[in-house]
Parts: sequence; C-alpha cells; structure tokens
Amino acid sequence: MPQTVSPRLRRKETISAYLFLLPSLVFFLGFVVFPMVLCIVTSFFDANMNANKPDVFIGLANYVELWQDKVFLKALVNTIIIVLVSVPVVCVFSLWVASAIYRMKEGPLSFFRVVFYLPVVTGSVAVTVVWKWMYNNYYGIFNYLLKGAGLIEKNINWLGDPKYALACIIIILLTTSVGQPIVLYVSALSNVDNSLVEAAEVDGATNMQCFWRIKWPQIMPTTLYILVITTINSFQCFALIQLLTSGGPNYATETVMYYIYYTAFKLYRFGYGNAMGVILAIFIAVLSAVQFRLAKES
Amino acid sequence: MSKRNGESRAYRIFSVVVLIFLAFLFIFPLYWILTGALKTPAAINSATPEWVPSELTLRNFQVLFSKRSAPLFQLGALVGPTVPAAIRWLINTVFMAVMAMILTCFTASMAGYALAKKRFLGRYLLFSLIVAAMALPKQVILIPLIREMSALGLYDNIWAVILPTVGWPFGVFLMKQFSEGIPGEMLEAARIDGASEAKTFFSIVVPMIKPGIGALAIFTFINSWNDYFMQLIMLTSSSNLTISLGIATMQAENSTDYGLIMAGAALAAVPIIIVFLVFQKYFTRGITMGAVKG
Repeated sequence: MPQTVSPRLRRKETISAYLFLLPSLVFFLGFVVFPMVLCIVTSFFDANMNANKPDVFIGLANYVELWQDKVFLKALVNTIIIVLVSVPVVCVFSLWVASAIYRMKEGPLSFFRVVFYLPVVTGSVAVTVVWKWMYNNYYGIFNYLLKGAGLIEKNINWLGDPKYALACIIIILLTTSVGQPIVLYVSALSNVDNSLVEAAEVDGATNMQCFWRIKWPQIMPTTLYILVITTINSFQCFALIQLLTSGGPNYATETVMYYIYYTAFKLYRFGYGNAMGVILAIFIAVLSAVQFRLAKES
Repeated sequence: MSKRNGESRAYRIFSVVVLIFLAFLFIFPLYWILTGALKTPAAINSATPEWVPSELTLRNFQVLFSKRSAPLFQLGALVGPTVPAAIRWLINTVFMAVMAMILTCFTASMAGYALAKKRFLGRYLLFSLIVAAMALPKQVILIPLIREMSALGLYDNIWAVILPTVGWPFGVFLMKQFSEGIPGEMLEAARIDGASEAKTFFSIVVPMIKPGIGALAIFTFINSWNDYFMQLIMLTSSSNLTISLGIATMQAENSTDYGLIMAGAALAAVPIIIVFLVFQKYFTRGITMGAVKG
C-alpha cells in the first residue's frame, strides 16, 4: 500500500469514518451538545415552563441576580465545603486502602474491591433511605450507639440540626465516592515498574522513600483523574440532599445542584436555573484546569 | 513474588484489622436494608435496635405490593392486567437499562473504532469535544433537556431517559481506548482481501474489542439503573416510574414506615447488586480502561 495518502483515498476514509460515527453523533449532538448550547443561550433569557409566554431576552440579568441571591451564595459556599472536605479525604482514603490491598491474592483483593464499591452499586435512593433511618432521631442507630457509649446525653436530630446536617451528608457522600478511586489505584499500583522498586530496595531505600520517589510519580496520572472525577461528583451532590433535607434546615445543606433543581422544577425559572448551571460548569472547568496544572508541575 | 518491601509485620496486621473493620462499615447499610425489609413494625419502631431480627415477616413486602397498582404494560391501546406498581417499576427499569446498554454498545463501539483507527477530517476537533463534554457536569444539561424532550413529545416517557444516556460520550471514549489495541496490519490485510468496511468491522474489529464491549455494557446497565436525577425530572406518572423513583415517591408519602421503605430499597438494590457481582470482572476493567492512558 502507498504510504502517501491520495486526496481521493483520504476523502473515502473520511466518509467511511463519519458513517461509523453517525449513530453515535446523532445521540451525542442531539442530547448532549445541543442541550449544552441551549443551556448557555437560555441563561440570558427569562424563561419558564409556560408555553404561551415566550422567553424574554434579559441579557446578563440572571447572572447579576445570582450574586445578590443569598440562597445561591449559601449554596455555593456549602458546595465548596463539600468539595474541599470530600476530595482530599476520598483521595487519601482510597490510596491507603488500595496500597493495603493491591498485593493481596485475587480472592481477598476482589472481596475488598467489591465491598468498597457496594454503596455505589446499591444506588443513591436505597443508600439514602437507609442512612435516613440510621440518622433518625428516635429509631436511628447513631443516637443509640453514641448514647450507649456515653458520648452524648440526649438524642441528636442529626439531619434537622444546622450544626450537623452538612457533615451527615458529607459522610454518606464519602461512602459512595471511594469505590471507583480504589479500583483505579489498585490497578495503577500493580502497574508500577517493580524493577525500580527492587533496585531502590537493594540500595537500602526505606518504604517511605520507595513510595514517594518511585510509586507516587508513576501513579500521578491516576491521582489526577481521581481528583477530577471526585471534584465533579462532589459538585453534583444532589440525590442525598433532595431525599434527606431538601436543602434545610435553614439552607444548611443547600447545594448549587439542589438549588438549580429547585429553581427550575419548583419555581419554574428555567433561565435562572440555567445561569446557575453555567456558573457551576465554569467552576468545575477552572478547578479541573488548576488540578491539571498543579499535577504537571509537581 | 519478591519479599514485601520490608513492611513490618505489625503494620500489616494492623492494616488488615482496619480493613476488615472498614469492610464491615461499608457492608452494614446493605445489611440494614435487607434485615429492615424483613423486620416487624414493632422491631423497627423500637428505640433499641434489633441487630439480628428476632422475628421475620413479609408484611413490608405485602404493604409495598398493595399500596399502588399499575397495568403490567401499555402498548398503544393494549393495556395489560393490573399488577402491583412495584412490579411495573421493575419492568420499566429493566427495559430502560437494557435499551440504554444495547444502544450505547452499538453506537460507541462503531464510533470508538472510527476515532481510534481512521484518519479523517475533524478527528481532533471531535475528540476534543468529547473529552470536554465528559468533564462537564452532566446534570447541567438536564434543564434544557427537559424542554427538548417536551418539544419531541417524549416528556414522561422512558425514552426521555434512555436517549441522553446513550449520548453521553464516556462510552465512545472507552471504546476508543480498546480499539487502539487493534493491530493496523490486520485491518490492512482485510482491505487488501477486498473486505467491505462493514465486514471488516464485524469480523475483525468486534471480536477484538469484545472485552471492551462487555465492560461498557455492564457499566452502562448499572449507571442507567441508578441515574436517579435524570429519572426524577423526566418521569412523572405513576405507571412510568423506575424502581428508584418509585421508592423515592413512596418514601415521601410514608416517611415513617421504615419497614416499607427498606422493602422498596431492597427491591431496587438486590437485582443490580446481583448483576454487579456476576459481571464484576468486566466492570473493574471498564473503570480502569476508561481512566488513564488517554
């Protein structure tokens, strides 16, 4: 076959490629890209569910309103707290679990992998309702156990108390977030070049030195990926809020994602909700970019 | 195997103990769902938890199945016999997950192959678009999507949940990773033999990326089953709900009957956990292949 590609062959290749891509593109452009564009466009309109009332162009008014909306700002702060707590905890926890299990035999290894993935597979609704029961003021096991241990004197209304509600949500979020990072770290750690580790050991390197000098740089791409997906997941925390607290008490657990849902589907303010969506997307994009930059530098 | 990096024996014992403790904590919610579903109201509404149920009952499932009912199926004018709504919700959920899985595997394996092995105009642009879309929060598109679905007459229809799931580009990305491994010479040889593009794809490409398709299938099935937010905004009428959505609705209506809610949670969780356990190997491979290398 000739190595130089003739224009005719190139065109043929392009046509056949797009035929293969066509079914996928229909779905991708129609139900992902088009709504994304629509999201940006609608954010400049006063849009609602009423079909008889046409959307009115209002420029940046939705965005201006956002920064004066106390609930939105509270939601943003809560969301950032969730991200700042859960991302580092998920990363450190899953790295520790992965390094403790990755050299185990196949049986125990898959046992632990499955166990830590279980809350993800169980599904957000099932997980949330059982935690709701465990947090319950009267029938919940947490109050029973903590009282039994003498740590608290009277029952605490965990989800109804602004002091504890957000922390309670974060705990559930953590249990549903570590499954995938553990699987990823296990695979990354078992792909680390063992000859380097052995050579370092011969030279008398300690365990800590082996880890930070040899393994850590090699699993950096995985760490980066985990940072990005955990950030995105934490930003999108929704089901827990909707099913447990509806953002309450007194907006203590209001998150951006839940507030978007509330404005769009309870207040029917589509344009305003979309403006929040755009801001959320920008936040995530900037954070992902920063994480990439930091990871590259170190 | 070589010696274990000189980790001290005490540390290894310590870490196994911690791991077993953590495993216990991670299994506990599921145990609490399953036992709660079988406990009597008295045991559930007691301030002292029954760690092991003293008396088992099917009462919660009986209530779950008698609370609401729905036709078994509706195909145009043809309406099936009335059954407990939870059965209909399970059928809806299985239909949704299976359709999303088949369509995703079909479209993504073709697109992934083209992106990995064909040099065409706009390839770089398209791939960048896919990666960028993956990094954006999926939920952001849901508000515009609901208007789009209303315009298409698909609001409150299970297809309104299926179509965007198929469009989500993770599958294409994953299949591109798997297709990179196909040796170019094999494709070249097929071309010289005069095989058509379609024949090359089905007889050479598909057999080689089969593990990838398996991983994507199970991944899509589980994610679609559990994608609560999308189901919540798209589906409203009682007979169109999915099992997660149905349980959430029941929870809102009977928030204090934990036995009933646990029975619902068990019904939603057990089938998908069984699927996960059976196909766990494929699943793990899908997660790891989709991550790095990109």
